[in-house]
Amino acid sequence: MSAYQFIDHTFDVVVVGAGGAGLRATFGLANSGLSTACITKVFPTRSHTVAAQGGISAALGNMGEDDWRWHMYDTVKGSDWLGDQDAIEFMCKEAPAAIIELEHYGLPFSRTEDGRIYQRPFGGMTTHYGKGTAQRTCAAADRTGHAMLHTLYQQALKNEAQFFIEYFAVDLIMENGECRGVVAIDMAEGTIHRFRAHKVILATGGYGRAYFSCTSAHTCTGDGGGMVLRAGLPLQDLEFVQFHPTGIYGAGCLITEGARGEGGILRNSKGEAFMERYAPSAKNLASRDVVSRAMTIEIREGRGVGAQQDHIFLHLEHLGAATLAERLPGISETAKIFAGVDVNKQPIPVLPTVHYNMGGIPANIHGEVVTNRNGVVDTVVQGLMAVGEAACVSVHGANRLGSNSLLDLVVFGREAARHCEETVKPGTRHRPLPADAGDFAVSRIDKFRNAKGTRKTADIRLDMQRVMQNHAAVFRTGDSLQEGVKKLDAVFGAFADVSVADRGLIWNTDLIETLELDNLLGQALGTMNSAANREESRGAHAREDFKDRDDVNWMKHTLSWVDEKGDVKIDYRPVHLNTLTNDVEVVPPKARVY
Amino acid sequence: MDTHLSRLRWHCRRGMKELDVVLTRYLEVDYPQASASERRAFESLLEMQDPDLYCYLVGRAALPEDPETAHVLKKLAQHRH
Repeated sequence: MSAYQFIDHTFDVVVVGAGGAGLRATFGLANSGLSTACITKVFPTRSHTVAAQGGISAALGNMGEDDWRWHMYDTVKGSDWLGDQDAIEFMCKEAPAAIIELEHYGLPFSRTEDGRIYQRPFGGMTTHYGKGTAQRTCAAADRTGHAMLHTLYQQALKNEAQFFIEYFAVDLIMENGECRGVVAIDMAEGTIHRFRAHKVILATGGYGRAYFSCTSAHTCTGDGGGMVLRAGLPLQDLEFVQFHPTGIYGAGCLITEGARGEGGILRNSKGEAFMERYAPSAKNLASRDVVSRAMTIEIREGRGVGAQQDHIFLHLEHLGAATLAERLPGISETAKIFAGVDVNKQPIPVLPTVHYNMGGIPANIHGEVVTNRNGVVDTVVQGLMAVGEAACVSVHGANRLGSNSLLDLVVFGREAARHCEETVKPGTRHRPLPADAGDFAVSRIDKFRNAKGTRKTADIRLDMQRVMQNHAAVFRTGDSLQEGVKKLDAVFGAFADVSVADRGLIWNTDLIETLELDNLLGQALGTMNSAANREESRGAHAREDFKDRDDVNWMKHTLSWVDEKGDVKIDYRPVHLNTLTNDVEVVPPKARVY
Repeated sequence: MDTHLSRLRWHCRRGMKELDVVLTRYLEVDYPQASASERRAFESLLEMQDPDLYCYLVGRAALPEDPETAHVLKKLAQHRH
């Protein structure tokens, strides 16, 4: 191995990722007096949170009566009873305070005429335990995500958090099962940095780019998940991948659920508003998995639209130009640009598109990473935490409700910081790192940088994305998943033959994209194998050969370990069918009907 | 490898997929043939916030007065579909 020199840093806490969750944690940590570093591969306001236009849920009750217990009920039901009810209680109860806090930090929420935060309806959000429609989703026009990033980044800077921007985190530094820090490449300088910390918080987002058609930005490569797998730790519930019902056909760009919240209607080639058949009560506002499956069935039964009859129309023209311009300004233009339609006159061609990973790094409500170790479930991994889409707390269970993700980011980002404040004293001495700290990361950098195989990174990535798209889609069968497992194994094998053209370290995007592909591949393998293993249908995981939810055998979280050979090992964690306090009762499992 | 080009390639990485698509295409297709001033205009656009850049692209904000920047934005828009 060529000689690499580390540049060493020491902080109380290091956060990896500067999206909503990472920034909320960073700000909270710095604010509590802990020395805090935030490492991010892209500039903070270019994190994928910026794309969250729809809004953030909280039972503020500004537009009519509301109660966090109803929000909790909706979230448990939305999760198809895979969500941990203690965590969901925590999130929904903390939501109003977290929103008011954001307002105080300067997030410019849209307002009602009398000055309160405006709230709109969103899929799956109800009042009185499913009886009415809730208006629970707060927004800053169509820039909620950006406003949140901007607000939190400013607050973090004000509190003197230290940012390491355009640093790519490569691997965790582990010592006897404990996380001691993280290694990162400074992309601009080509230098390698070793960060020592009492806690490392992974806030690295989802791995949407494992699929061919997704709404995720190119940056969503699940880097934290990849690091966790290589540290010999499991990921949880990877088989639960949310398809957003309304990705623009062809481009994959997102039409926000707000479009249906404001009255948009899905129609098939016969002009039928078919959601009335699948969800008689909620209709077009049923939750995402229900709508995605209904659309897929309509297409499969020959009622799709277009020359190939392979997509569905989303109609907004009946809403009127004034409502569209006022409530959904971004939609009109997005449709014009990426679909070539005028929403005042024509419907938008749409198709279910990969949108969100419910699964991720298993964590408790404080953000501490947990694993099964020596037969003991929920063993805390010392020094390692995870928040946001990278984590699986699990508040979204088998299916996330729209506008619950921004809430997840701020509630658990905030709680992770609070937990650190409680457990780490600022300036606590650090033990010396082990002699080989960082060698693992460097060995991988060195291997890929000098990779002289025959396959390009982009080609291997495309192969992986096609397999995921074809075999781990909206509907799944055992045979197709087993075929997917075999094909992915072949892709994983081909990765050993990767070729990286650039041998340098400065702005070596070829190397970085190869490291990202390594992260994606691990999670693709975990997803396909977990999906093949789960013989039931629940939330986003719809098995045609096991059409029903099976609470007796499968009300449990999947844990998947992926080793360096690409072999996958599976174990389970119980679903928390208990609440955190006596403020609310457990939502007992029942059939999920909208 | 051209580190300048690699740096730009990384700066075409955005939070929004829509921008990833149009910026990366411009960099691959148009940038190599662009004049020095057009290149500079493109590079300054990369410094913008995602929603602002997106507003320009989709015509929600009037094009900037600088003719070179307006020209690049129009070119970016040609690749959007």
